[in-house]
Amino acid sequence: MPVVPDARGHYGLFGGRYVAETLVPPLEELTLAWEKAWADPSFRAEYEDLLVNYVGRPSRLYFAKRLSETVGARIWLKREDLNHTGAHKINNCVGQILLAKRMGKTRIIAETGAGQHGVATATACALFNLPCVVYMGAEDTVRQRLNVARMRLLGAEVRPVHSGTATLKDAMNEALRDWVTNVGDTFYCIGSVAGPHPYPVMVRELQACIGIEAKAQLQDAGVGLPDAIVACVGGGSNAMGIFHAFRDELGVELIGVEAAGKGIESGEHASSIAGDQIGVLHGQKTYLLQDNHGQVQPAWSISAGLDYPGVGPEHAYFHKTGRAKYISVTDQEALDATQLLSRLEGIVPALETAHAIAALPRVVQFTGPDADILVNLSGRGDKDTETLMRELKL
Amino acid sequence: MNRLDEIFARDKTALVTYLCAGDPSVDESLPLFQALADAGADVLEIGVPFSDPGADGPAIQRSAERALASGATLEKVLEMTGKIQGDSAKVLFGYLNPFLSYGYERLAARCAEVGIHGLLVVDCPPEEEPELRAALDSRNIHPILLIAPTTPDDRIAALGPSAGGFAYYVSMAGVTGAAFQGGQALVDRIARVRKLAGLPVAVGFGIATPQDAASVASGADGVVVGSALVRIVEAHGAKAAAELSKLTAALKAAL
Repeated sequence: MPVVPDARGHYGLFGGRYVAETLVPPLEELTLAWEKAWADPSFRAEYEDLLVNYVGRPSRLYFAKRLSETVGARIWLKREDLNHTGAHKINNCVGQILLAKRMGKTRIIAETGAGQHGVATATACALFNLPCVVYMGAEDTVRQRLNVARMRLLGAEVRPVHSGTATLKDAMNEALRDWVTNVGDTFYCIGSVAGPHPYPVMVRELQACIGIEAKAQLQDAGVGLPDAIVACVGGGSNAMGIFHAFRDELGVELIGVEAAGKGIESGEHASSIAGDQIGVLHGQKTYLLQDNHGQVQPAWSISAGLDYPGVGPEHAYFHKTGRAKYISVTDQEALDATQLLSRLEGIVPALETAHAIAALPRVVQFTGPDADILVNLSGRGDKDTETLMRELKL
Repeated sequence: MNRLDEIFARDKTALVTYLCAGDPSVDESLPLFQALADAGADVLEIGVPFSDPGADGPAIQRSAERALASGATLEKVLEMTGKIQGDSAKVLFGYLNPFLSYGYERLAARCAEVGIHGLLVVDCPPEEEPELRAALDSRNIHPILLIAPTTPDDRIAALGPSAGGFAYYVSMAGVTGAAFQGGQALVDRIARVRKLAGLPVAVGFGIATPQDAASVASGADGVVVGSALVRIVEAHGAKAAAELSKLTAALKAAL
């Protein structure tokens, strides 16, 4: 696989830096600061110390025996749900906040969908004593109100966004508006491998620990390379995090699972790759849910974290080049998978993560039964309790 | 010769006005643009509504939402533009995705047909989408360059030669419709941008009143007013023409 992105943040046709001029120079400044920090052993040592002692890394690799029997292949779960704050999001946040501190920024902003990135950003800001503003779609503040309370407890200000569809994409618009207004002192901490360059590559590198660890853990377990890796994809940070260490191992099938919501044919879904239309939103060129006139269409998924009409540009590139396969799972399949994993393994996954579990029977059709399948168990389901109570009548 | 070049070759500071097309509907926005042209607007910025206007403040966001709710599309906006009478220059102003979806060759051809002289794409820095630039160049439609307070001198100098018509200088780091911050520093900065870019400079973002316009008129080649006009449309809907004319005439008199 060729090395991507290029110097201007392009992944083949995708990526780039499609922003208003006011943000071009700050993004250039961020790119240089990031490259310098990432090459600096003292930055890396500080970051890695936080990953070990604060986040709790390495996260465990767990052989899911009963799930394996049910699915019909050997399933290995990379337990990102056991991280501090309950998901992979914190890996990225501690890195970006360290960088913000190094750049002399005094205020942090973030967007959040399910609230996991918001909680992780608020957590890292509390740790480093930085003021934090989190933009969250008004609709998401209702369905993820536990996370709103957590962010407030951590000292962050949560600003509900009522414009547009009042979900993640609108939260990102509002965060960009804040950044363009306060660009001198403010650091925008993006939560996915999405947005203008350098965010997709920076977030990839800060999440790459997931795949690097899993590769070593599978070696130690005597498995060697897995046959397939499965992860859910909204913007795609947990998937890119676990894929990246394996991108050049062409025998390893990489499978991203998008949210099919109420079904692709219903039009109410969040499967931008399945939609197969290229567009530009939030600083990046990528697959985008849009109408015939180039207006962005609202995404739908029961999981707020996958409810985004685009996808990170490197996933778009992986799809276009065939390096990864992308499939879709409906709300109902995700709900079923949540119950399945809860009862078989005593692990309640986040609704986002449940999409990856729900895809396993189809993945086994590609791999056959004599296969080792690595799944990124990207987050835990506590935050979804209210949705699950309603949907499953608990 | 491109009409924009004629307008900016004059001694007088040009009045550049923005409205989002399709607010309150495409048919009803034609008389509103006509009112601006008849009241003396030198350049009409014709806003193409977009679902995710990330560089705009609340006034223009709401205007775009009304336009989209009324069924406005890029094709309908282009058709409407072709019906505006008079000799104001016309700049199509929008976000990239509707243009990308329409197709750059087709867009440039239609722009030439309906008499559009320039295209300003808010979220497309000159480094991206060379195909769009080539399509515009082949039809003598100017790609309008945005310059921000954050743009360093060497970048302004590097980008200037590839643009045409005028450079749009964003008066402050922020979104459209915020409070105007004028002053000598802005006037000095405009002069610097003009020299570095080698282009006439129109200044916008936050300019709402004839007083605001007058305060920068001596230093700038053009003054852009947007949100203040959009708020009139918000208040008066299809009946906004008289109020739009009044503000446009007052702005024009202040230059």
